[in-house]
Amino acid sequence: MTATATNQDADTELVIAKTEQLLRDYPPATTDRREFLSAQFDAGLAWVHFPKGKGGLELPRSLQHEVYVRLEEAGAPNGQMGNQLGYSMGAPTVLAWGDEQQHERYLRPIFLGDERWCQLFSEPGAGSDLAAVATRAVKDGDDWIMNGQKVWNSMASISDIGMLIARTDPEVPKHQGLTYFVIDMHAPGVEVRPLRQMTGEAEFNEVYLTDVRVPDAARLGAISAGWKVSMATLMNERVMFASEGMDKGPVETALDLYRERDHHEPELRTRMIDMWIKGRVLTLSNQRAAANRAAGTPGPEGSTGKIGYAELQQKGYELCLDLLGDESLLYDSYEMHEFTLESLKERPTKIDPRRRFLRSRANSIEGGSSEIMHNILAERVLGLPPEHRVDKDVPFSQVPRG
Amino acid sequence: MTTTEETEELRRTVRRFLDQRSTEAEVRRLMEDETGYDPAVWKQMAEQIGLQGLAIPEEFGGSGFSYNELRVVFEEMGRALLTAPFFATVALAANALIECGDDDAKKAYLPGIASGETIATLALSEERGGWDDKAVTLQASGSGSDWTLTGGKRFVPDAHVADLILVAARTADGISLFAVEKGAAGLSTEVELTMDLTRKLARVTLDSTPAQLIGTQGQAWNGLRRALRFAAVALAAEQVGGAQKVLDMTVQYSKERFQFGRPLGSFQALKHKMADMLVDIESAKSAAYDAARAVADGDADVELSASVAKAFCSETYFRTAAQGLQLHGGIGFTWEHPIHLYFKRAKSSEFLLGSPVYHRDLVGQALGI
Repeated sequence: MTATATNQDADTELVIAKTEQLLRDYPPATTDRREFLSAQFDAGLAWVHFPKGKGGLELPRSLQHEVYVRLEEAGAPNGQMGNQLGYSMGAPTVLAWGDEQQHERYLRPIFLGDERWCQLFSEPGAGSDLAAVATRAVKDGDDWIMNGQKVWNSMASISDIGMLIARTDPEVPKHQGLTYFVIDMHAPGVEVRPLRQMTGEAEFNEVYLTDVRVPDAARLGAISAGWKVSMATLMNERVMFASEGMDKGPVETALDLYRERDHHEPELRTRMIDMWIKGRVLTLSNQRAAANRAAGTPGPEGSTGKIGYAELQQKGYELCLDLLGDESLLYDSYEMHEFTLESLKERPTKIDPRRRFLRSRANSIEGGSSEIMHNILAERVLGLPPEHRVDKDVPFSQVPRG
Repeated sequence: MTTTEETEELRRTVRRFLDQRSTEAEVRRLMEDETGYDPAVWKQMAEQIGLQGLAIPEEFGGSGFSYNELRVVFEEMGRALLTAPFFATVALAANALIECGDDDAKKAYLPGIASGETIATLALSEERGGWDDKAVTLQASGSGSDWTLTGGKRFVPDAHVADLILVAARTADGISLFAVEKGAAGLSTEVELTMDLTRKLARVTLDSTPAQLIGTQGQAWNGLRRALRFAAVALAAEQVGGAQKVLDMTVQYSKERFQFGRPLGSFQALKHKMADMLVDIESAKSAAYDAARAVADGDADVELSASVAKAFCSETYFRTAAQGLQLHGGIGFTWEHPIHLYFKRAKSSEFLLGSPVYHRDLVGQALGI
């Protein structure tokens, strides 16, 4: 124990010292954004848990926090800003499954923001059953030719690279015939269309692929290993969803609205208190999960967060609407609005609770629906027998779809 | 500050002990037994593992560990449905003494509790129930160091076997705390029939019973209220331990029981219910562990943390027990199967020390709404 503790202290000191050195050598006030981020990458402070020479120091991931805090305090540029998907999901997938050339090719541009990334997984026929993707990739010399349609792709209209899974072999069971690619979003045949959602705006896109030529060098992992590779991406997606900041959420909004009201029905007080307790307990669970992860002893509390988060958002904004009363009959704007490079930089500080109420319906669907999360908890955490699967040992081409 | 490994080591020790000494057969025997505990086991708990004195300060004969450790003990006792006056002695009486601000009383009583010689409890509620200052109407007579008590108390855990009963009573300046020892003149106790037979609740009758004033006359409520909140945290830990055990039993049963040619646990409708139980219990653990940490660290808003934990864990335990019973089907409704013992413990511990309705109201007051 003592030896481990000493190592932890030494690691922390090293990270702090390197961060301070970086800030001395490249004062944020007088250093260009790209130059600073490039120096941060070279110092191993891009993602400290990555290997040396690839933006990391081979230290525990939890120490990245020490870097963030100090850079933010010093007003340094943030490598993640505007490229969250590349940073949180793309980079770990490339590191885990890419070869040396691919590490060299992709990691630095992700961190510098030279290339923004998006995710091209879901399809109209492959939502919860993600392994049912039908987008075809057919080998043609050293290239692959792709055809298909992807959906729910946030940031696709402003991205340079797309993480994509495609079917390369339809004659084997569904999980076995998939391959993972990182495609050029500017290639001919890639068409991005905004997908308008019930809130009125378009956070997401549809991506149509028509005879898109993709070089084999853009394949991550072996042919037919796509399902395993995509797991590296999805694991990091669930972490992203569960770790969104909770403090400016529905509970605080509701409490503000509650205090603004001039009269208080007992039922609303009861619900307000109940919601406040649920919010607090969820925050405590997230803290407990983070502490256990950092200590290397992750428990079930890590997987339960997403369900709790979705429920709190939905019930919390339902309460907000009840507190708003008849104002909930109205809406702020249904003007169609897309994500742009500019809107990315603005932090969405004051979003109307009525808009958030509508948006919260997606929380239990996106990134693994609550039903799928329940299956995962039941099968992987509680060890209950798996669902009976009729498509398990059947070639994909013979599985009923629709 | 202890590490997770040390806490888990304590958990393993307590679980091993209770697996042997608090078996289902033993729990059922003690349910029917008038005293409701096994003195030999009580002695071993104190002498072999030092459980009674775990979180009592060293200067008063304890081991000086914190609530971070004590909550593990309560979790395990809740899991095993330990039938013994441990909650009364350690959660109620020891906390009331530790928070009473009277060093003489601490020196007089805490070492006996720590060594396992003294079984103690706290008598607060009266005829109409309740767990706040309004519940206390019994009027003490006397002055200085010469006091007698006349009246009744109810819902007093394990009062019938207690060597020491701490009694909250009214005096000229407010609520005071008194010590009444076993065998005192005019003292009688009577166990009432409880829904949860694993925790005995007694009626205490006092008739000009001589009592020792603890602390300053009329000034006891603040300390008592804190002690009640700390006891509620212990109860929340107990609830979490019981709920986890119910889920474990239910998952196990769902793997072994076959209907329609499939294990019950392969049906999605049932699986999702168990996943919900898991989410619920993990959340309750977060609330209970944090409240224990708040007691250990002496947080300024520890009482708020305690109310959050008591409200949340109470409901989690009951929901879990009710759902667990349902998922067991017919066998869950039998006397023979143990799940009804958990169901009853869940419901009764929901009311003990204040229901979720009461604690949610306290949370609302703390929020200023």
